[in-house]
Amino acid sequence: MTSPRIDAPLPGPPTDPTTPGDDPRARRLLQRRRWAGRLRVRSVSGVWRQPSVVVALSLLALWVLAALLAPLVAPYDPVTQSAQIYASPSSQHWFGTDELGRDVFSRVIHGARLSLPVAVAIVAVALAIGTLLGLLAGYIGRAVDEIVMRITDLFFAFPQIILAMAVAAAFGPSTRNAVIALIIVSWPTYARVIRSSVLSVRGSDYLASSRLLGVGPVQALRRDVVPNSVGPAVVLATLELGNAVLMLSALSFLGLGPRPPAPEWGAMIAAGSRDLSMWWVSAFPGLAILTVVLAFNILGDALRDRLDPRYARGLS
Amino acid sequence: MRGRTGRPLRSRLFHAPLARLLLRRLATTVVLLFGVTVLTFTLIQLVPGDSMTASLSETALNDPSVVAAYRAKWGLDEPLITQYAIYVGNLLQGDLGVSRQTSRSVLGDLMTYVPATLEIAIPAMVLSVVLGTGIGLYAALRHGRRGDHVVRVGSLLGLSTPPFWLALVALYVFFYLLGVAPSGGRLSSWITPPPRVTGMITVDALLAGEWMIWWDAVQHLVLPVAVLTCLTVAALVRFVRSAMLEVLDQDYVRAARAKGLPTFTVVRRHVLRAGLVPVITVSGLAFASLLSGTVLVEQIFSWPGVGQYAFRAASGLDLPAVLGVSLFVAVVYTLVNLMVDLLYGVIDPRIRLS
Repeated sequence: MTSPRIDAPLPGPPTDPTTPGDDPRARRLLQRRRWAGRLRVRSVSGVWRQPSVVVALSLLALWVLAALLAPLVAPYDPVTQSAQIYASPSSQHWFGTDELGRDVFSRVIHGARLSLPVAVAIVAVALAIGTLLGLLAGYIGRAVDEIVMRITDLFFAFPQIILAMAVAAAFGPSTRNAVIALIIVSWPTYARVIRSSVLSVRGSDYLASSRLLGVGPVQALRRDVVPNSVGPAVVLATLELGNAVLMLSALSFLGLGPRPPAPEWGAMIAAGSRDLSMWWVSAFPGLAILTVVLAFNILGDALRDRLDPRYARGLS
Repeated sequence: MRGRTGRPLRSRLFHAPLARLLLRRLATTVVLLFGVTVLTFTLIQLVPGDSMTASLSETALNDPSVVAAYRAKWGLDEPLITQYAIYVGNLLQGDLGVSRQTSRSVLGDLMTYVPATLEIAIPAMVLSVVLGTGIGLYAALRHGRRGDHVVRVGSLLGLSTPPFWLALVALYVFFYLLGVAPSGGRLSSWITPPPRVTGMITVDALLAGEWMIWWDAVQHLVLPVAVLTCLTVAALVRFVRSAMLEVLDQDYVRAARAKGLPTFTVVRRHVLRAGLVPVITVSGLAFASLLSGTVLVEQIFSWPGVGQYAFRAASGLDLPAVLGVSLFVAVVYTLVNLMVDLLYGVIDPRIRLS
């Protein structure tokens, strides 16, 4: 029993040859869904015009440029020591020099070259692990779901930085081990988020209808489950990029990050904390962390307002 | 003894939804804590090289009798599963190993440092919950207007600031520039601490009737508590705000407003009651941010608490102490979450009866 209005042809995209079955109504149903998906994607584009997002993106662009062009932009070598220790900010040393006479400006710029790729690496690997396990847990369900969720429970029993500290201390201080530690503590968040978005799709009518139309589990996963998890994953990954920068700096503040003389922002703050009168040694690396993390957080928030249905109603 | 319904009181209590909730949550908590020990045990097994070299100091490693005693105590020659059993057995007896740096038992160390941390954590937690709820509610009521934007920006700033840097900035401004705060520590150097009863100087000073000492201790508390509060409030405000917005959107709130009740009455009677339930859940989360905060902040304020102990253990690669602190924090955090869950059950009948 269908009303003629619903049966009326929809102005959708051209027919997809992979559409299962020859039934024109089945084809139309799937088209309509894809069309709806396209509408949603279009609405995301408005995000880039918000003033706060423009500021955040420009900040990030600036930092990415700084990271890429560090050797050209930085006036001095980040690790070369000089006799001019604790020089206050001047035209020669914009951000002053530290306890070993190294130029703070050059070290802050080179710090971006260290922190940004590390943050991207952490998020990429944790996202991959979390997505895989989250998809398996949510889609297969039962025992797999139970096992994965109970494992994530263990990780959530610790505040993140405490567990990261324990892992990094056990493996020994180095950039590689800090990255491993931060991946280990952050994948469960992704797994949880992906799983819950999979579950919300799994119970939906349109997944049931596509199964009735003969769509196999692999295709359903690729076509219905994964695209619906992309939104939450993108939001989380953006926020986690900032979190990764923050946690890396915390680990190296604890002496568990990249080894000296690497220009890591957290370690620079730790070095500057020994003498308050030399404020510039820790002030500028701190501002660097603040601006990078803030930019990621603003971006993540704006994306969430658009992509997360709970926030889309304007509740956020 | 019989209760009103005629059934024996004991069985009535057992069947009471709250008691069932308590038992269920207690059981899951115990299982979770065992899982946590599996996690830390795995971590010890993954230590590159030998966990023994990471746990004993240089001098101890050169002493064959100490090494032999260590191997025997942790059962290092036994199969893994026995080693785990021995590990858990030692933990259950409160044996977290011996710190490489202080050469004392990690649990003993923790117990000497816990009161100092409690002294800043308790006021910070109370202030955070009160301020977080208040500010979050304010932002929700001013939704989309200037006050709301200011709160949003402020909380984003707080979430994006490295805690140790915020502590440093606070110390620079209020100690170095303005000279209104002490440089750190729990008491001024010329003051002898009051006799140790609770280990919390403010409490001990009151018990001893020493008002001068109390006032000095309070002055030393202000900055660390303020920094921890800022960080925790920033995290809390976002949750409170969206929880309150959700409540404000409900039909019964709209109805209460429509019949002309003053905002204050609507908030007190309808919004706060419903909105506080999620706030309680989130305070568990706020507690996590507070615990992490102490580890990153105490060192800056030379505050001799668990956080500073963790900082020194981490930077000195003192593995037994680091793992001891992490386990301790995990246990405390898990117990706090258990209490939050139970409180939630007390307040929200839906949870109790489900």
